[in-house]
Amino acid sequence: MARGQGAALDRKKLMADPIMMTTIVLLIAFLTLFILYPLAILLVDSLYGSKGVSLETFQRIFQMHTFRRAITNTLKVGFVVGILSTLIGLLFAYVEVYVKMRKAVGGLFKVVSMLPVVSPPFVLSLSMIMLFGKAGLITRFVLGIYDNNIYGYWGIVIVQTLTFFPVCYMMMKGLLKNIDPSMEEASRDMGASRWKVFTTVTLPLLLPGLGNAFLVTFIESIADFANPMIIGGSYDTLATTIYLQITGAMDKQGAAAMAVVLLCITLAMFAVQKYYLERKTAATLTGKASRARMLIEDKSVTVPLTVLCSLAALFVIMMYICVPIGALFPTWGYKFTPLTFKWFSQVFTKYRGLQAFRDSFVLSLIASPITALLSMIISYLVVKRKFKAKGFIEAVSILAMAVPGTVLGVGYIRGFANGLFHTGVLSGIYGTGLILIIVFVVRSLPTGTRSGISALRQIDKSIEESAYDMGADSLKVFTSVTLPLIKDSFLSGLVTAFVRSITAISAIILLVTPSYLLITVQINEFAEKGAFSIACAFATILILITYGAVLLMNFIIKHFGTSRMIKEAE
Amino acid sequence: MADMRAKDPKGVKLDHISKIYQDPKTGKEFYAVHDVDLTIEPGTFVTLLGPSGCGKTTTLRMIAGFESPDEGEIYLGGEPINALTPNKRDTAMVFQSYALFPHYNVFDNVAYGLRLRKVPKPEIQKRVTDILALVELSGMEQRMTNQLSGGQQQRVALARALVVEPGVLLFDEPLSNLDAKLRVQMRTEIRRIQQKLGITAIYVTHDQSEAMSISDNIILMKKGVIAQMGSPTEIYYHPNSEFVADFIGECNFLKGPVSSATLGEAKVNIVGVDVPVATDKSVMVGQEGEIVLRPEAITIADAGMLPCKVELSCFMGSYQNYHVRVGDTLVKITDNCPINKKIFNVGDNAYISFDRNCAHLL
Ligand SMILES: Nc1ncnc2c1ncn2[C@@H]1O[C@H](COP(=O)(O)OP(=O)(O)OP(=O)(O)O)[C@@H](O)[C@H]1O
Ligand SMILES: [Mg+2]
Repeated sequence: MARGQGAALDRKKLMADPIMMTTIVLLIAFLTLFILYPLAILLVDSLYGSKGVSLETFQRIFQMHTFRRAITNTLKVGFVVGILSTLIGLLFAYVEVYVKMRKAVGGLFKVVSMLPVVSPPFVLSLSMIMLFGKAGLITRFVLGIYDNNIYGYWGIVIVQTLTFFPVCYMMMKGLLKNIDPSMEEASRDMGASRWKVFTTVTLPLLLPGLGNAFLVTFIESIADFANPMIIGGSYDTLATTIYLQITGAMDKQGAAAMAVVLLCITLAMFAVQKYYLERKTAATLTGKASRARMLIEDKSVTVPLTVLCSLAALFVIMMYICVPIGALFPTWGYKFTPLTFKWFSQVFTKYRGLQAFRDSFVLSLIASPITALLSMIISYLVVKRKFKAKGFIEAVSILAMAVPGTVLGVGYIRGFANGLFHTGVLSGIYGTGLILIIVFVVRSLPTGTRSGISALRQIDKSIEESAYDMGADSLKVFTSVTLPLIKDSFLSGLVTAFVRSITAISAIILLVTPSYLLITVQINEFAEKGAFSIACAFATILILITYGAVLLMNFIIKHFGTSRMIKEAE
Repeated sequence: MADMRAKDPKGVKLDHISKIYQDPKTGKEFYAVHDVDLTIEPGTFVTLLGPSGCGKTTTLRMIAGFESPDEGEIYLGGEPINALTPNKRDTAMVFQSYALFPHYNVFDNVAYGLRLRKVPKPEIQKRVTDILALVELSGMEQRMTNQLSGGQQQRVALARALVVEPGVLLFDEPLSNLDAKLRVQMRTEIRRIQQKLGITAIYVTHDQSEAMSISDNIILMKKGVIAQMGSPTEIYYHPNSEFVADFIGECNFLKGPVSSATLGEAKVNIVGVDVPVATDKSVMVGQEGEIVLRPEAITIADAGMLPCKVELSCFMGSYQNYHVRVGDTLVKITDNCPINKKIFNVGDNAYISFDRNCAHLL
């Protein structure tokens, strides 16, 4: 049996389609150059020193006390944050799916799930310091504690948990909705109490999903740079240690080796999550629930759960609100009245705010359509077409999801500062806006691709096939059928890419040069210096921009989106 | 409507086509289609029929160009087309799921292929209008596709494929999403349009009555290979294997040694009785013979050819359904218009008989 002819014909057909061919080649080149190569160069760099290939660099960094500490710190934080986020997420999801609650509470939940999406990553760290720090509003003025030290392990854990639990909540919500209520009703019917039903039916079904959520959060926590940077104090994690190794110790080779270690940890977790837990989750919970679920109305259950969740939600919302309010006080911690806009005006008059916002805005604005289009093209190729390199394209774009920004940043420094393989080729892009745009694209590509893939999977393959069959070439099929059908997903991909780019920091902070001022980097700088009011003012404007972008997207989807067009016809 | 006959219906030739797939679980390779060799004359309606998973869709998709054959060559109108991409082939496919473009209205759906071919606007207008009239959808041009019933959607899909005047029209179970009654109506419709336009059509289905009613020729497939090809009557009355006989309609098999063989006729000994059957094969006395008998070709009475015992007797309205035991073999009988006949009850002894021309020796 030989499949040679079929494969040869498939190749020939591909060659007969120059647009498709060019797209694939360009894509492979892009992915290789900007994702694989920077990671590969890290490995090469850390193994290949003055004495040829050796493990010398690794030996050196593992002898560093600070580095060993950073590893245990990172894992400890990741583990605890993973567990806490998963549990809180599960609680929220359970209440939403199982408990009859007031509309207002549902609204609170929605806000909580939205906030982390539209906020810069370190907002919670800022408000944590402002509320619970030495001069914290709550610690000093409400509780009268004057020397509360929020910096360090607990600070990171709390802030990261509050940042990441909404993701778990959304994941668990999706899973719970897929549980067929009749399974639980059967168990209840046989005499099990609610708690018993939860522990014997619901929980076992959810277990792989819980593991999945735990690992996803674990990876996020390990990769997080901004929060440990601001609230970590002397408690260093891998991401911050690598950053300091480059900016402080100027030891690029050591940083490269550390980045390899961090990458190995996240990749291992990611592999387990992707290839074991995700599959198991899908296997236990398939399909949709057949009927609506009878919601719990029993007051002894609903009241405590609703109150608990509402308080938690309010607390989270308060944390977010603290930032814009903080920017209005004359001096945080000492003088609260009268409210003033002086920090906002200082942003522009004293701290070159206009340039920072312009740079961040323009770069993100350029990056987001590229990201959105690229991720749609990748998803189209992955879902709808078959060709040899498809596996490669899919694997690399998903792999990028597991690469922490700091690792990518170090990879770009090592990979492009002196040109490709230190030969000077392409070194021109280093330090320019172009490389920042590329980083933005690479950092948002995995999320965009993932949502593009799931949107495209919903569209019957034969719709595109029939266009192809009628005589449309690949480009025509993509523009006249695929893109119009996933317009909504494309638009939200566009905005997500924009928001992610304009709030990005971990990779960017390593690559940005003085010729570009980026908001996030500015905020980080001011927060480091303890200038919280000005940091808050910057952050507030940033939140307004991202929130505005999201509102604009919702408006466009509502009025011009595909779903509306098709709905109108109904 | 002016002369809408197809410009040039094309013949299709599959020259020893095979397709190999890999089983996703075991990783083993297997033939989804194996050595399929057939010729389809221009302007004929041919059905690919067979049980689920026998390779019908795969064969059709190879003709359309979505899959590439691992062995053999496909010819369309005499030209080899193996290396052509689907958009370059003169085929048009009607999909099981209709595959209409949900963001276009009916007119734009049908006009899609013509616009790709850069047909001038007035001509598009005329051709789309004509074809919509042909499928009886005039006046629905501006509707969105989800404002149509399933049957109407299928007509749009048909119109969209027809309007580009393809050399061959491909159908992959186009009616399986419709209810039984509409299915019957649509299939006569499809046949009417195909005959009117004189177009070549290849039609995939696993419904044998659909295949019988609509086709000039049926190609019956089993596990990737052709089991039998022929006209519906040929396949029905002269199946070449138990599989074919059983797949097309209900069937009884009576086995016994051949007791005499002359030109055109043979006798098979069933439970001690020499039963005459027509045959065009040369058979040898003494070899095992297998008679294929359709249930409606058998009569049951107090006297007849073979003795039997009634095991089931069930009134079905237009016929009486019997299961009787002949020797060790179960025989199913459908006896039409039972109201005029004697009804046998379970446990009765009776006789069955049949005309020698209605029986067929495998
Ligand atoms: N892409 C694929 N990869 C591996 N095996 C496949 C693939 N597509 C089809 N097969 C297998 O090839 C065989 C033939 O499939 P095909 O779709 O042609 O069947 P079919 O006759 O159309 O069946 P049905 O009536 O159910 O549509 C089946 O065993 C199927 O599982
Ligand atoms: Mg099929």
